[in-house]
Amino acid sequence: MNGNIHSIETFGTVDGPGIRYVIFTQGCLLRCQFCHNADTWEIGTGKQMSVSEIIDDLKSYLPFIEASGGGITVSGGEPLLQIPFLIELFKECKKLGIHTTIDSSGGCYSHAEQFQQNLKELLKYTDLILLDLKHIDRKKHIKLTGMANDHILEFAQFLSSQNVPIWVRHVLVPTISDEEQDLRRLGDFIGTLTNIEKIEVLPYHKLGVYKWEALGLDYPLKDIEPPSDEKVELAYKHLTAKVTL
Amino acid sequence: MEQWNGFSNGTWQKEVNVRDFILKNFTPYKGNDTFLQGPSEATSDLWKQVMELTKQEREKGGVLDMDTEIVSTITSHGPGYLNQDLEKVVGVQTDQPFKRSLQPFGGVRMAAQACESYGYEMNKDVEKVFTDFRKTHNQGVFDAYTDEMRLARKVGIITGLPDAYGRGRIIGDYRRVALYGVDFLIKEKQKDFANTSSVMSEDVIRLREEMSEQYRALLELKELAKSYGFDISKPASNAKEAFQWLYFGYLAAVKEQNGAAMSLGRVSTFLDIYIERDLENGVLTEQEAQELVDHFVMKLRLVKFARTPDYNELFSGDPTWVTESLGGMALDGRPLVTKNSFRFLHTLDNLGPAPEPNLTVLWSKQLPEGFKDYCAKMSIKTSSIQYENDDIMRPEYGDDYGIACCVSAMKIGKQMQFFGARANLAKALLYAINGNKDEKKNVQVGPAYSPITSDVLNYDEVMKKFDSTMEWLAGLYINTLNIIHYMHDKYAYERIEMALHDTEIVRTMATGIAGLSVVADSLSAIKYGNVKVIRDENGLAVDFEVEGDYPKYGNNDDRVDSIAVEIVEIFMKKLRKHQTYRNSVHTMSILTITSNVVYGKKTGNTPDGRREGEPFAPGANPMHGRDTKGTLASLSSVAKLPYSYAMDGISNTFSIVPKALGKDDDSRIKNLVSILDGYAVKQGHHLNVNVFNRETLLDAMEHPEEYPQLTIRVSGYAVNFIKLTREQQLDVINRTFHATM
Repeated sequence: MNGNIHSIETFGTVDGPGIRYVIFTQGCLLRCQFCHNADTWEIGTGKQMSVSEIIDDLKSYLPFIEASGGGITVSGGEPLLQIPFLIELFKECKKLGIHTTIDSSGGCYSHAEQFQQNLKELLKYTDLILLDLKHIDRKKHIKLTGMANDHILEFAQFLSSQNVPIWVRHVLVPTISDEEQDLRRLGDFIGTLTNIEKIEVLPYHKLGVYKWEALGLDYPLKDIEPPSDEKVELAYKHLTAKVTL
Repeated sequence: MEQWNGFSNGTWQKEVNVRDFILKNFTPYKGNDTFLQGPSEATSDLWKQVMELTKQEREKGGVLDMDTEIVSTITSHGPGYLNQDLEKVVGVQTDQPFKRSLQPFGGVRMAAQACESYGYEMNKDVEKVFTDFRKTHNQGVFDAYTDEMRLARKVGIITGLPDAYGRGRIIGDYRRVALYGVDFLIKEKQKDFANTSSVMSEDVIRLREEMSEQYRALLELKELAKSYGFDISKPASNAKEAFQWLYFGYLAAVKEQNGAAMSLGRVSTFLDIYIERDLENGVLTEQEAQELVDHFVMKLRLVKFARTPDYNELFSGDPTWVTESLGGMALDGRPLVTKNSFRFLHTLDNLGPAPEPNLTVLWSKQLPEGFKDYCAKMSIKTSSIQYENDDIMRPEYGDDYGIACCVSAMKIGKQMQFFGARANLAKALLYAINGNKDEKKNVQVGPAYSPITSDVLNYDEVMKKFDSTMEWLAGLYINTLNIIHYMHDKYAYERIEMALHDTEIVRTMATGIAGLSVVADSLSAIKYGNVKVIRDENGLAVDFEVEGDYPKYGNNDDRVDSIAVEIVEIFMKKLRKHQTYRNSVHTMSILTITSNVVYGKKTGNTPDGRREGEPFAPGANPMHGRDTKGTLASLSSVAKLPYSYAMDGISNTFSIVPKALGKDDDSRIKNLVSILDGYAVKQGHHLNVNVFNRETLLDAMEHPEEYPQLTIRVSGYAVNFIKLTREQQLDVINRTFHATM
């Protein structure tokens, strides 16, 4: 089976534990204003890669990955747009004893029967989900990503009910996603989940801006600078207020 | 002998066998770095003095002082000090620190040029002696060179040859001086001298002459020590003496030779045995032990040679390659890591980062975790450490080998090499296309084979012609080296270094190649893309038009990586066909040091799209910016190159920004250890590790005075960044920095 792949990074150190083989899938439903991989948005393009092709490549890095307690992370784009591919890929990974992680925003989560069935199957082979919660406020979420957040929050609750370990990640964008009230509310929501392993506040950065320019898109956050370390620390405090890690 | 009290007995007492002494007496250390002590007041004062002298040297244009009168020999200069009251280890190359010695035996013109380029003038009488009466190595070589050799050298298909400078890459077993004292070593040599064959063939005559030189050098070594007030005829009786005795051995070597690389060997664990004994006897504290190491290392950092601008262009940044090999595993499974392995690395804190000594960790997956973590921590902090795979070298060289220069492993005191610089394989590929005519000078260099005349390059045709060109080049190369080393033995013999070797030794003929990644990518472009030839009015292929994408070396793609492997194997096999001087064993390295810039300059446009004059990638590295799949893919490609065909070393330089290595200090350390473990398992040979941001380097270019100790690893050694030429600095900055988010 083939997946639509944007690119592969063999030495990921920020997307899960240890050294990660990171697959960036092609295609996403969200249009986040701070996205640093805007070139992965378009659905159906990218490079076709087969599961066996990826597994062969991945295998050659096992000496590094195993030494670090790492594994594979599928990021994007939105990986959950390609669940059947992920199922087959992760099945093979599990045969090799490789730790599997999905980095998702849950933007395509739905109650459709087929989706639910596939998702449950995939979770059997998934060790960890990095869940991006971009905003707790529905309206602001729409403004920031182009979509409402109801189904994303449902996705978080679903994972909690299934006892799938998650790392919650929140990109802290000054003036957009750093208001205290919102962070407290997000912290309250996180507090209702029972599957949290880790919470990461990712300071907004501008490393992906050039990709917007390359795509001929207008970058909406031009005048926003990365947050200070203190702001990041404070945000972390709010988000972790209701959980014991 | 009383100096050996407290040591475990062994065959080492009856014959020279330092390895036996170490294995019977060393104390492996499996803990962490918490025992380490900061610098003593004396250390800090001395280092301040060194930094002040360094500043003066920089302000004076790179050389503070030169001896233009006295030819440097083991006994040429009286004692010299930084501050005699504070120094625990004494001795400098001339009568003052930072004063460079005059060494004309390699070539008198080079010595004169080195003086001139810094505004000095060599004594006329000395010049006359070495021109009219005493032949030098350089003159000997040029007396014997063929026209073809001179031409090959001029066009740069073979470059960097040690025909005008000391060959170096010989490691005296300086530990022997401390363990046995010089008298014991003299007696052993005398026994050997009495036992040579009595059939006076050329080999035997040469050996007997060399042994007599060795004997005299040992007597001079005692004289040198005496001038500093020490009698080293007997073994060292405590740690302080052991450091001092050993250092005198090394000092004698650098007074006698300005070899390209004057490496130290593997001394830290040996010296730890003396420290442990003193600690146990209550006559030394940890603070004092660290002070000894700091002062010893400080001396190693002071080693300097007078060199010419040509030399500096090849090997930029004033390197001396005082390589010290740390760690590794014993054949019996114990780690050869001692507290002294830590203390040596700790000098990077106590004295700050520096390129010398060239700290080289012999990495094994089996090394204790505490040591691995400490290495990674210091690498991240200082970018001053290189790593070489003990797990692939130990089966070849045992557990008492050291690294000479950058990546050349040799059994200490039992093996030396004939350093052979490198052949430019990227240029050779262009020769194959042009019927062995030089693409830049339009002269016939190799045999006049028929050039390729088609408009589009055909892989099979190119490979066939490339094979013939390599066949010719390999022969020319070995024969050139034969001349060089015959003459070096004759006119610039390393008397004291060889006196600290066994009499019967293994010699290797250490060839090298440059431009491997350019060749691999070019051949890949020809095979998988479409490469059109653009010819000039003489019919020479001077440019190429590449159409279509093709796999590039450095992305763990077998289609092209296998080409790189094949080239290494083919060239090595061709080298082996040729008879070598003194029956030395053929080896090869994939290492450029900083000469990748010079090689690039001398090489025209290549079929991979590289433009004329652009630098090659250093060593075995992929070309800049072409490794797009991240660190592990890049490392995996290089790790495929077969060590058994390149046993003089495969150099890989890896630079990464701190953020890409991990989110916090702990994960950075863990990830770096995992990279090194993984690379070792994948049979990678050598890794330079740099951890810093490109911005730091850019700022250092603008404000060098603020970065006096900024150290970076380049192919096989480390340099003080601000001492590089601007061109070299830009090359470093343009190289791939692994940085992902």
